[in-house]
Amino acid sequence: MTLVREQGSPGSSGPSARPRELAPRSGPATVGASKLHAQLTGVTKLFPAPSGENPVHALGPIDMAVERGEFFAIVGPSGCGKSTLLDILAGLAAPTDGTVVFENKPISGAVPPGIGVVFQEDASFPWLTVWDNVAFGLRRAGLERGETTKRVEHWLRFMGLADFARAHPAHLSGGMRQRVCIARTLVLEPRMILLDEPFGALDQQTRLLMGDELLRLWRATGATVVLITHAIDEACMLADRVGVMTARPGRFADVAVTRWPGDRDSRIVSDPSFGQLTGRVWSILRDESIKAIGHAEGDIGGRSP
Amino acid sequence: MTRAGSVRILVAAGLLLSLEICCRSGIINMTTMIPPSEMLGAIADLARSGRLLKESLPTFRNVTIAFVLAVGLGVIGGTVLHSLPRVRRVLDPLLASYYAVPFFALYPLFVVIFGLNDWPLIMIGIVFAGVAVVVSTLNGIDRVPPVLLKVARIYRMSRTAKVRLVILPAIALPLFTGIKLALAYSFIGILAGEFILASAGIGHAIAFAYDAFDNRTMYGLIAFTLILVTLMNMGLQACERLLLKGRSR
Repeated sequence: MTLVREQGSPGSSGPSARPRELAPRSGPATVGASKLHAQLTGVTKLFPAPSGENPVHALGPIDMAVERGEFFAIVGPSGCGKSTLLDILAGLAAPTDGTVVFENKPISGAVPPGIGVVFQEDASFPWLTVWDNVAFGLRRAGLERGETTKRVEHWLRFMGLADFARAHPAHLSGGMRQRVCIARTLVLEPRMILLDEPFGALDQQTRLLMGDELLRLWRATGATVVLITHAIDEACMLADRVGVMTARPGRFADVAVTRWPGDRDSRIVSDPSFGQLTGRVWSILRDESIKAIGHAEGDIGGRSP
Repeated sequence: MTRAGSVRILVAAGLLLSLEICCRSGIINMTTMIPPSEMLGAIADLARSGRLLKESLPTFRNVTIAFVLAVGLGVIGGTVLHSLPRVRRVLDPLLASYYAVPFFALYPLFVVIFGLNDWPLIMIGIVFAGVAVVVSTLNGIDRVPPVLLKVARIYRMSRTAKVRLVILPAIALPLFTGIKLALAYSFIGILAGEFILASAGIGHAIAFAYDAFDNRTMYGLIAFTLILVTLMNMGLQACERLLLKGRSR
């Protein structure tokens, strides 16, 4: 396995600085063994179908490796198995075939310690206040009260929720509820954060700002981040590498290395090479999306049959 | 007090006043129904004589036991049934038509099984009230967002921790509807059982007064039961509001 990952050194260029090369490069979905944080090998997922029909081949075989501290984004057409892939990586679903390794230990049937997951849907507990939501995991872990308070207050401040600590999620906006879920995940200091379309329900402006917050917390925690998204711009803006998946059964069609500087933020979208990168990802994704919705390209183009 | 609450009290007061006027003016024969003020007088007389307490105690003791067991067993039964989809599919038609079954016909069977004591009555209360809790628990769990169950897995919760920390709080609203119904059904089951075969309790006292043409006592006890059940339901509603405070916008 070879590491193909070039990134501008943090501090060497501003947030909107251009990457060293304008043309985005392709790289494999694998990394060097020494920096390996999580790895999927030959992962396949088949879902049982109603009796008499063939099982649905949802995913794979997929080989993927994520480097420690890397920001890896996955885009793909609807129904290509992105969320299934994340569930398998989190230990929430077992692969039909293949192996999943996190920190050199195989994942089997349970979510291993050190992994935090943020979902697209609002996963906050509506019966708890924001403070209690964020403290939930720490209390379950039996952490001492003083330390719990310290950590919860830190993450509430970090996520801009300090003024809403006593509010219930029902009284917050969708974006704020998602921040509660992110804070609840981060307070446990996971070494790998899996995000399943966390900003899918938000408007474009809020998504860009939430992306900035995500980059800020990625830099602050040093955690590995795997982001599933249907938004190409979001993936290209945030990630070190962008994995583009094929239509079902989902596989990696390409992995683009972005080589953005470490201290980037959403202003990178105005960089000319950003357009090149999103254009390249879209050119692959367009074909796959056409396959996914079952149309011929001519139909999509609007020509008469 | 809310506007709806004020209207509710005004409507109830209006109905009671109309009934009072109808009874006092002879529109309703006093041998058929006595005026509400007489009912209140009857309650006061029964309380002074000590009979109200004597008749109420066994009824409320049995209702309390039946209600607590119906809620406890109903929640456990609903949770277990939800985890056994095949069994649930078999039982679904029974649950759907449950209240069409005349369970009071089982009273003699319960007497044979449990003997001549309070347990046949309590069992009637449990079988009558328990299924309301089972059904509301099942409906509640069906509507728990799957993402919350995923969160429970991320926290590596055991099955009991998942029920206690995620499922029960998540189903509090539909469950409370079942609990309120269980209270009403427990009362109905126990009182109806006391009507059929009991030597004590409010149901027995009402039936005894009815047989003896003692309208004043009969209506007094009926009014007392209605007032008490209404107050208990109001108490449950207050608990529900407190529990669900902050959950809705």
